[in-house]
Amino acid sequence: MIRLEKRPSPSRAWTIATPLVAVALTMVAGSILFMILGKDPFAAIKTIFYDPLFHPDFAAFSRPQLLVKAGPLILIAIGLSMGFKAGIWNIGAEGQYIIGALAGAAVGLALYPAESFLIYPAMVIAGALGGWAWAMIPAILRTKFRTNEILVSLLLVYVAENILASAAVGWLRNPEGGGFPGSRNLSKWASSANPELISGTGMHWGVVAAFIAVILAYVVMSRHLLGFQIQLAGQAPRAARFAGVNPSRLVVLCLGISGMLAGMAGLFEVTGPAGQISIDFNSGYGFTAIIVAFLGRLNPIGILLAGLLMALTYIGGELAQFMLGLPAAAIQAFQGMLLFFLLGVDVLSNYRIRIGTGKAA
Amino acid sequence: MTELLKISGLTKAYPGVVANDDVSFTVAEGEVHALLGENGAGKSTLVKMIYGLVKPDSGTMDLHAAPYTPSEPRAARASGVAMVFQHFSLFEALSVAENIALGMENPPKMHELSQRIRDVSETYGLPLDPDRLIGELSAGERQRVEIIRCLLQDPKLLIMDEPTSVLTPQEVDVLFETLRKLSAEGTAILYISHKLEEIRALCDAATILRLGKVVATCIPREQSAREMAEMMVGQALHTPKASGAEPGDTVLQVSNLSLPSATPFGTTLTDISLDLKRGEILGIGGVAGNGQDEFLNALSGETKTAPDAVQFEGQPIGNLGPNERREIGVLCAPEERLGHAAAPDMSLTENAVLTAVQRKELAQNSFVNWGKSRDYAKEIIKAFDVRTPGPGNAARSLSGGNLQKFVIGREVLQNPDVLVVNQPTWGVDAAAAADIRQALMDLAAKGAGVIVISQDLDELMEVADRFCALAGGRLSSSRPTQGLTVDEIGLMLGGAHDAEQEAAPEAEPTHAE
Repeated sequence: MIRLEKRPSPSRAWTIATPLVAVALTMVAGSILFMILGKDPFAAIKTIFYDPLFHPDFAAFSRPQLLVKAGPLILIAIGLSMGFKAGIWNIGAEGQYIIGALAGAAVGLALYPAESFLIYPAMVIAGALGGWAWAMIPAILRTKFRTNEILVSLLLVYVAENILASAAVGWLRNPEGGGFPGSRNLSKWASSANPELISGTGMHWGVVAAFIAVILAYVVMSRHLLGFQIQLAGQAPRAARFAGVNPSRLVVLCLGISGMLAGMAGLFEVTGPAGQISIDFNSGYGFTAIIVAFLGRLNPIGILLAGLLMALTYIGGELAQFMLGLPAAAIQAFQGMLLFFLLGVDVLSNYRIRIGTGKAA
Repeated sequence: MTELLKISGLTKAYPGVVANDDVSFTVAEGEVHALLGENGAGKSTLVKMIYGLVKPDSGTMDLHAAPYTPSEPRAARASGVAMVFQHFSLFEALSVAENIALGMENPPKMHELSQRIRDVSETYGLPLDPDRLIGELSAGERQRVEIIRCLLQDPKLLIMDEPTSVLTPQEVDVLFETLRKLSAEGTAILYISHKLEEIRALCDAATILRLGKVVATCIPREQSAREMAEMMVGQALHTPKASGAEPGDTVLQVSNLSLPSATPFGTTLTDISLDLKRGEILGIGGVAGNGQDEFLNALSGETKTAPDAVQFEGQPIGNLGPNERREIGVLCAPEERLGHAAAPDMSLTENAVLTAVQRKELAQNSFVNWGKSRDYAKEIIKAFDVRTPGPGNAARSLSGGNLQKFVIGREVLQNPDVLVVNQPTWGVDAAAAADIRQALMDLAAKGAGVIVISQDLDELMEVADRFCALAGGRLSSSRPTQGLTVDEIGLMLGGAHDAEQEAAPEAEPTHAE
């Protein structure tokens, strides 16, 4: 008989080891899946995890993609993780990402075609404010009317998507675009471009912002009283009240921070890799970032690694579709397994497994 | 008397601790048998084995001279063993009869069940209306529901775990009448308690456990409470001593505090007034659930009130939050240790920061100084003899008594001007309880005002200079504890309660039952 026994204190070793175990288990289960699909499992795993970085033909193209994809994931996930730690569930980062991109792009386009080094910072600020404002809707509804921020923030994603569509075909459409939907290309206008900073690395301002966010979040969560209050509120709400934490203030703060970072991620994307506002500008970063946040166990350093790993499975997954003809659904199932195993083995950090007949050791 | 239950050599080990080590004793038919011991002595494990919740590692049990090996509580109940737990498992939104039906395997029709409940409640002197909602009942009445639930099974052995901890003295008298009646009819009762006077009044025999072993058996009537306590603890017990200092100026004043209940089954506080002087301990007695939590929250600042309702040295503080109150010296220790006074999964160091960050200056510019915080946690651990490997351990890894010592120590070492504690020794073993009481008295002797909210009346008689009763959200006027009798206290508790029911504060206090 196998029993779970609660550990008196969470095991530090297992907390670090579980993501590695989860990745290993995903590889094993994924291999079985690929084998059933009639593909060579070793080749598939190699294509997903190794080739994007080291393949002689593809790596030059796919290696920079790693930071391009990981940047927004990390930036958004860092913001989300603070709220999640406090028990505040912002599921709508995708919407804040869209509104941030729209707000920032709108400010830039309003100034087109002026040339000034002040334009880009203004757009970044506008993007941050746009995401923040969109996140304030669930924050204020929750603190004033006790609505559920999960539902409100999620549903606002669909509202944001429709605003995006109306912008792409209407008020932000490129007047010189021959009537096609989509805005001017911001990445081709020097004042609003978010270029690759070091050639061949994929490093752009959004990636820089993500790294800064990781460092700041690490400092805040481990040393600042705000980080302490966030953890306290998430673990023991009554104790948090007793410690003088104002729950409403924390809701506004956490949703605000996560909305702001998601908005900035959207702005960096629209001025860089995406280049313009288009109907299908958003590509699910806001939702994937939720997985990244948990994969990194809501820890800033963990999120950094998780964001890179997640980006790798995306790039490698695309490569596997292209090279080995694996169906897209199999790649998605593979990514799903990763989350499943991660949450599954998570139990080991708080419980130990006892194998035996129920006799005490 | 014939032998009903015979326990021989029962042993049960958990990883790292032997909960029961070769425990043997017998219970005769109709005997009221006390099981005595400190927290962690193994009483709970023992009765759980008898009730079929836990399987012993070795040893045997015999019921009616036949081997008895209950595999689950249902089997125990079928053999005539019933148990009333310390914590009730009742649904507040359902009626008494519905709750009882839920626990039965083949419940009869509702009107038949109601009739049976009425019969049993009349026979045993436990007044209870089967149609009332649990949420409307007092803790004493809820306990009756649990007892009647057991009695409907016509048990041969009734196990009761700390049954009087939630009762007023008068309710205790009613309960004892019932238990004596049951005993006279031949039902044996296994009675777990740490209230020694009650055991002396009720029980025919006592088995005393310490660290999982039977260390003594005695006839409670022939021993003094102190002798039994020393058998439990295994050492001479020191009694906390008051300083006898004269009270100083008023430090905390509550005037006409009224607070509507925040939840449907919470308690509304009505017109509470008190004043607390420096150097004195004010005891507030009363059964839990009569507004204790709400009152503590109003004093700690978790619930804000009109500014003038709470005053510190004449300054209105009713509208201040918990941290602002800590800054001026008003500190609290709530009843619920895990989740309210402390965060279960956080380390003791983090839990030290929880309330001491301002007064102990554990942060500079909002950045926590973890080194200093760890030192403060270590200081608490040392000064209050908290048994733990170190300040890095999670709060939930500590036993209840040790965590309570930590929580009280955390507040006391901040040198408060006012300290309010709710149930300071609930679930704490005798030695730790004595330490905590001594710390509170020392604090008062140094000139702080201390409020002790407790349902343990013996404790209040021991530490408090003045006593008042909180019942139904109303606070009685205070009286000096010197010379106060248990009957008078009972009347104070009942009086406040009746007044609330009749909505007439001046009404003549009447007997609770």
